[in-house]
Formats: sequence, structure tokens, C-alpha cells
Amino acid sequence: MFGDYSLGDLGAIFAMQGFAGLILFSVYLLMALGLAIIFGQMGVINMAHGEFMILGAYVTWMTSNAFQHFVPPLFPGYFFVAMTLAFIASGSLGMLVEWALIRHLYRRPLDTLLATWGLSLILQQAYRSVFGAREVGVELPDWMMGSWQATDAIQIPINGMFVMGLTILITIAVFYILFLSRWGKQVRAVVQNRVMAGAVGINTEKIDRYTFGLGCGIAGIAGSAFTMIGSTGPTAGQLYIVDTFLVVVFGGAASLFGTIASAFTISQTQSTLEFFLSGSMAKVITLLAIVVILMMRPQGLFALKVRK
Amino acid sequence: MLIGHQPKDFLLAVSGLTVSFDGFKAVNDLSFYVEENEIRVIIGPNGAGKTTVLDLICGKTRATSGSIQFRGKELTKLKENEIVKAGVGRKFQTPSVFEDLTVFENLEISFPRGRTVFGSLTFQRDTTVTGRVEEVAEMIFLKDRLQTSAAELSHGQKQWLEIGMLLIQNPDLLMLDEPVAGMSVSERAKTAELLNRIIKDRSVLVIEHDMKFVEDIAHKVTVLHQGQILSEGTMERVKNDPKVIEVYLGH
Amino acid sequence: MITNSRFFNRSELVGLISLVLLLVVILPLTLDIFRLNLVAKYLTYAFVAIGLVLCWGYGGILSLGQGVFFGLGGYAMAMFLKLEASSAANTKIQSTPGIPDFMDWNQLTQLPFFWKPFHSLPFTFLAIVLAPAFFSFIIGAAMFKRRVGGVYFAIITQAIAAILTILIVGQQGYTGGINGITDLRTLLDWDIRTDHAKYVLYFVEVAFLFGAVVVAQFIRLTKLGRILVAMREQEDRVRFSGYSVANFKIFAFCAAAVFAAIGGAMFTLNVGFMSPSFVGIVPSIEMVIYTAVGGRLSIFGAVYGTLLVNFAKTSLSETFPQLWLFGLGALFIAVVLAFPSGLAGIWADNIQPRIDRLFASRGEKSGNGLIADGAPAE
Repeated sequence: MFGDYSLGDLGAIFAMQGFAGLILFSVYLLMALGLAIIFGQMGVINMAHGEFMILGAYVTWMTSNAFQHFVPPLFPGYFFVAMTLAFIASGSLGMLVEWALIRHLYRRPLDTLLATWGLSLILQQAYRSVFGAREVGVELPDWMMGSWQATDAIQIPINGMFVMGLTILITIAVFYILFLSRWGKQVRAVVQNRVMAGAVGINTEKIDRYTFGLGCGIAGIAGSAFTMIGSTGPTAGQLYIVDTFLVVVFGGAASLFGTIASAFTISQTQSTLEFFLSGSMAKVITLLAIVVILMMRPQGLFALKVRK
Repeated sequence: MLIGHQPKDFLLAVSGLTVSFDGFKAVNDLSFYVEENEIRVIIGPNGAGKTTVLDLICGKTRATSGSIQFRGKELTKLKENEIVKAGVGRKFQTPSVFEDLTVFENLEISFPRGRTVFGSLTFQRDTTVTGRVEEVAEMIFLKDRLQTSAAELSHGQKQWLEIGMLLIQNPDLLMLDEPVAGMSVSERAKTAELLNRIIKDRSVLVIEHDMKFVEDIAHKVTVLHQGQILSEGTMERVKNDPKVIEVYLGH
Repeated sequence: MITNSRFFNRSELVGLISLVLLLVVILPLTLDIFRLNLVAKYLTYAFVAIGLVLCWGYGGILSLGQGVFFGLGGYAMAMFLKLEASSAANTKIQSTPGIPDFMDWNQLTQLPFFWKPFHSLPFTFLAIVLAPAFFSFIIGAAMFKRRVGGVYFAIITQAIAAILTILIVGQQGYTGGINGITDLRTLLDWDIRTDHAKYVLYFVEVAFLFGAVVVAQFIRLTKLGRILVAMREQEDRVRFSGYSVANFKIFAFCAAAVFAAIGGAMFTLNVGFMSPSFVGIVPSIEMVIYTAVGGRLSIFGAVYGTLLVNFAKTSLSETFPQLWLFGLGALFIAVVLAFPSGLAGIWADNIQPRIDRLFASRGEKSGNGLIADGAPAE
């Protein structure tokens, strides 16, 4: 399949597809970070995660419209406001859901899976009723338009670079929160021994609620980023949920580093294959490869050997 | 593939057994031998690796290195169900019985027949099975509770039921992890009586903290500490071993 | 052969008799053929739901990929029917006559090799059973031998459903793409589109369904059924009682797959086409909800649950389309939070005791029989 291209062409193709893959990587990673926190730290399967992302996307879309209508001069900076609002909206909804639904289902992961699937259906229909079935797209401010001409053959879109940068910042922030902050220490304490954590005075219910909220909030930010590369519709989130779960499982559920590596591998494989094969076959081969690898190495790529 | 220097009359020969979890050696180069019809008790402080040793023998945990020979068979290469078929039975620390099934069904499942998928589809509840189930139920004091759901049994009764499930397998080596833990005084006495009855004609490997109980039943005691053998011999000898007193009995 | 005193205990007998009355007498007499054909469509999912009772309810293995097996059975049947509908005479206007129309549209000039055996009906029947059995065996063996279960298994089966859907949609020339395999006409020259044929196929399906019920009930009552229950609770204890847990899980998964595939084949026959929209993630997880609504431990519950959810779906989407997804979503949450044993649980907890009391007050003589239900034979 490489036969028709010269070596230079191939280099450019790999660079461009690689970069296109990086945007996919950003969305996967932001989605997967939230899922990995919720699944890895709490053992909850959140099938509605895609809908939390889409909520963030709708919030971004509304913010952009509001800026255009009411404060056009500030429009170039709307994205930062939108991102914050998306985080708050998805995070608050997440906390509400944790309180109403998830907290009754701890230690029943299969049941959380079914219940959150139900939640995702309800959210999808709610979006359809509120925003309509048509997909919406945001208008990008001027400074995000266009692309950077790296070499003759390689063009890199600016919004893509922006999303990448954003993803890196958020990933660093998540690491800080979970591994360096006092709150993160409490989260990990609850994960390792809920009873003991409660006994030493950690409010485990509150930790659960905020952890779930954080995971959903990050999905909201993923939604903001998503508006730059795709259009937002009621069911757009569902398209990503299986992929994202595979990213989390493939990386080894308890390892955030694994999540990053796996999001990178999967998005790059898919994006590179997409150039040579049809989009659907690229996806089939990527997913199939993951499933086969998971069958041979079910613990994922980065898992520790521990005594059960 | 018997190793030449190994005497034949050992039922179980553990040699050079090591297992490490991410570098931590829970069991470290452990060797011991159990004879036919011997009752061996393993004692030691928490975290000494006692339960891990049973896990290794029954195949629940895979050894990093070393060998476990049972009647000349290498157990480290067998799957759990093959180890059971070879004649090793294991009771867990917390009673693990099937609460959604009746006492009868619990015992019946352990009856060593029809253990394949096809075998269990064609399994018949004939007089051999019911006879054996009733016989064992009588031994474990549950004869009149055969149709009770196991969920309704007391903690002690569940322990007995699990012992009964092992008995019906008729293993040559019976491994019990703290069989009297959490039992009332009267249950404890009854359990001792039960154990004394069932240990005939087989070897038993017991983990126990109750020293009185250990003295009652043990032929030989092995003291584990940090995954290695600290001392081994009769209860009398072990009790007076200064090393043992220091790390375990002294407290 | 059967270890319990009766093959169906009393409440199961009530379920069976009312189901026979409903499916064989009441519905055929009261519904027109269009509606009855809808029932036939719903009942194809009941096969999947019965399989899930064994696999998920009893074995504790949640598969979110049952659509894959439903699809395998359905596509196998559809391939046979499509080949029969694509005779050289029927397709003489195509640039390549004698191959299915969608292949011709996609510039295929000859029948792909894997279509060829589907000229034979016996081969098709074999494929309907063996293809899903083989496929589920591979998946089950790979996963269960490595002790993968629970949510990992659920997610991987879901991914497989996604893969198969994308593959079917993407490979239009070989599969008919997103539209699926349509325009099916005859089965061995017998036109399956007539009202008469639809009646016949409905009763054939009902007969198969009761066959599935009996087989599932048989499996449940053997020692294997009890081992599945035992495994769900204390996997290690089963292992250390000398059983290979993986083999039993593989069996339950394969059985569920074959049930689903028969349902799929019935779907093609009764509904007259097969498409990827019955294979993917969404239909697969909906099939789980049928089982959950009926009660994941009840074979009859699975059939009633399937009928109920689908009736609700049809009537709600006809009148208030936007309400249906809210209703379905709420149903998922409700069966998990409030009714984990589904309809069967509600029956056993609320209705059965009343009936028992009614019978008990009528005469003490019959009281004996009630207690003996489900007790093992001495």
C-alpha cells in the first residue's frame, strides 16, 4: 500500500496524518482521563460520559453565540470562558448524577453500566428536545483560523495546535490534582481502603461526589475541544464512548500514564491507517487490533502484578 | 520426573518455593515435606506468608520459582481444577459456600462426578450421590438442614458446610485456613471433634492461630516468618525455640 | 433425567400456560396480520433474552454483543434467501446477472467465495448454529481462560459489536452496507411475503421459541445450571471443587450466542430483511434491557419482558416519539435501582403470595403440593 508514494511523500503523509491523529488524541485523552478517573478510581462504568462531553460542546456553542450577539469585541476570547462554563456545567451535572444515581450502585459495576446507559439515552433525548436534532457548529475566532506552513508539504492547522496545548495543560493539572494535592491523596486513600479512609476522618461521600464531578467536568472540557474538530449533535457523544473505553482498558485501568500512551497509540494508528484505507476499514483494523491485544493481555498495557 | 534423592513416602514435597509480587517476596525459598497421614500446622505472625503457601499449593497463586510435588506430580504446572482432581482440597479463611443453593446442592456440587461441561449436563442425582451427601451432612451436623438455603446458616455452620464440601471430594491432602476462626466456644469444640474424625486416612495442612487447638491436633508444626521457615518440629520443640518466642509466641 | 420433582414448578407452569394461550390463541385471533407480524418481530428478540438469562442471569456474564450473534444468524438466513431471490432470471437487467443486486451496484462481477455455500439450505441452517457457536467459543475461550470477566468482558463484547457493524456498513459490496440485505422473496420457491406465509412463519417461530424455553429450562435444572449459579457467587469455590470455571462460562456464552442466532434467523424470515442496525451497540444493549425488565433469572420473564418493552416502544414511538427514549432510559435506571429482579421478581414478591393464599384458604388438602414445589426428589 506504500508502493505508489515516494519516500518524501510518505514522510509528509505521516507527519500530516500524525498531526491529524494528535487532535483525535486530544479528544480521546480528555475523554479517557475523565473515564479513567471515574472507572479506575471509583470502579464505575460511566456510559453517559459521551453525553457529558456533548453537554460541554453545547455550552461552548451557546457561549460563542452569546459573545457574538452581545459582546462581539470580546469574541476572540470566548473560548476560555466557554471552557470554564463547560467544566462547571458538566461537573455540576456529574455531581447531581452521582448523588441521584451512582452512589446507590457502588460495587455493582455492571449495574452502573446499564443505569448510565439509560442516563445517556435520557440526556440524548433532552439535547434533542432542547437544541434540536440538527448538528450545530461553532464559529472559530480569526486567530484560530488558518494553518501554519511548517514545510512545503506540511500544513498544521492552528486550532489543532491550540487543542493540543490545552490537552497537555489539562493533563498536567489532572496529574497535579490526583498525585500532588491533598485532595488527590484523599481520593486515592478512599480507593485503596474506603472503610479506613472513613475512619481517619475523610468524608468519603464527598470525595466520591467531587471525583465523579471532576471526571465529568473534564469531559465537558473535552466537549469544548470537540467543537473545533467536529459538529455537535445529540448523539455525537455515543460515537466516542466505546473507543474511549477501549483507550482506558487498553492503557490499564488504574494507570493514568497508560491512558496517555494508549490514547496516543490508538489515535495515531487510526489516523495513519485512514490515509491508506477507507475510514471504516482503518477503524475496524484499529479496534480489532486492540481487542485481539486485550484478549492476549487482558490487564492492559500498563498494569502491575499484585496479589488479589 | 521424580528427583532421585526425594524419599517416596512424602505425600507433599515443597522445595525452593518462591513467589514475588512486584519484587516483594511473600514466600522466599521455602522447603518442607508432609508425610502420608500427617497433620501439619503452619503458624506464624500476620504477613508471614501462610495463606500464600496454601494459595501456591492449590494453584490460586502461581509460583515464581520452585517446585511442589504431590505424589510425584508437579502441581505448579497444573490448573486449579486439575490440582483438585489430583487429590488436594482447600478450605478458605472466610467461609465460601454457595448461598443461593441449598445445603444439599452445595454438597452435591462437590461430589466428584460429572465435573466436565457435558458431565454436568448429564449428571444424575442417584442413590450413590444422595447417600454420600446424607452421610457427610450427618458428619458436619447439618443432616436436618439439607433443604435449607446456605444463606440461612450461621457462620459456624457455613464453615462446617465448607469442610463437608471438601470431605465429599475425599482429598488425600486437606488444607484448612483457620478453620475455627470466628466460632463460638461450643462450635469450636464441635469443630475439633469433626476435624479429629475427618483427618483419619489423609494428610492435613492447617493454618491456625489458636494455640490450644494447634496443640490438640498437630503432629508437627512449621513456623513461618517473612516467607521463610523460622522453625519446624513438634509443638514442644517449637514452643521452646527462642527464635519463635521472640517473633511470634512472645507477644 | 430431571433432578427436580417437576420440569416446571407451579409458578413457571402458570407462566408457560399463559404464554401458550397468549401466543398461540389470543394474539393470532385478535391481531391483524400486520400486528401479528410485529409480534413475530418482537419474539425474535425473546430468543436473545432467553440466552441472556442463562449467560447473564445465571452465569453472571454480561454480554453487550448479543447483536453480533443475532446478526450472524440473521445474515446467514438472509444470504440464502437473497441468493434465491437473485436467480439469473430475476436479475437479468443487471450488468452481472445472477448475483445479488447490491453487489452489482458495487461493481462486483462475481459472487464472493463466502457467499457460495449459502446456495444450500442445509449449509445455511448449519451456519446459523455453528457460526455463532464457533465465534462465541473463540471469544469466550480467549477471555475466560485468561480470567477476564465482568465489565471488561462487557466492554470487549461491545467493541466487537461496534467492529462488526462498521465492517458490514463499510463493505457494501459484500454485505449490502447500511441498508442490509433486502428484497428477500422466497424460501425454496415458497413466497414468504404473503399473509399466509406470515401466519405460518409466526407459528414456526412460536414453536421454536417454546423449544428454546424447554432447552433453557433443561439446562437450568441440570447440575450445570446449579454450577452457573454457584460460579456467579463464589467462582473460586467452584474452581476448587474441581471444575474448570472457564469451560462453563464458555458454554453459557456459546449457548446464549446460539439462541441469539436462531432469533436472528427468525427475524430475517418473519421481517423479510436483515441490516446492521440489529447488530451494533445500541440494539445489543437494548436486548439486555428486555432480559432485565423480565427478570434476569426468569426464562418466562425474558419473553414477557421482551414483549412488554417492545409493545411500549411501538405504541410510544407511534404517539409520542420523543417520549420513547426518556421512557427507555428511565427503564434502564429503574430496573437497576428499584426492580433488580424485574417482572418475575414483582410476580414472585407481590402476586404469587396472594395467589398462594387464595389457594391455601380454599382447602388445606392441596396445601401439600405448594410446599413441595422445587424441592429435590428423595
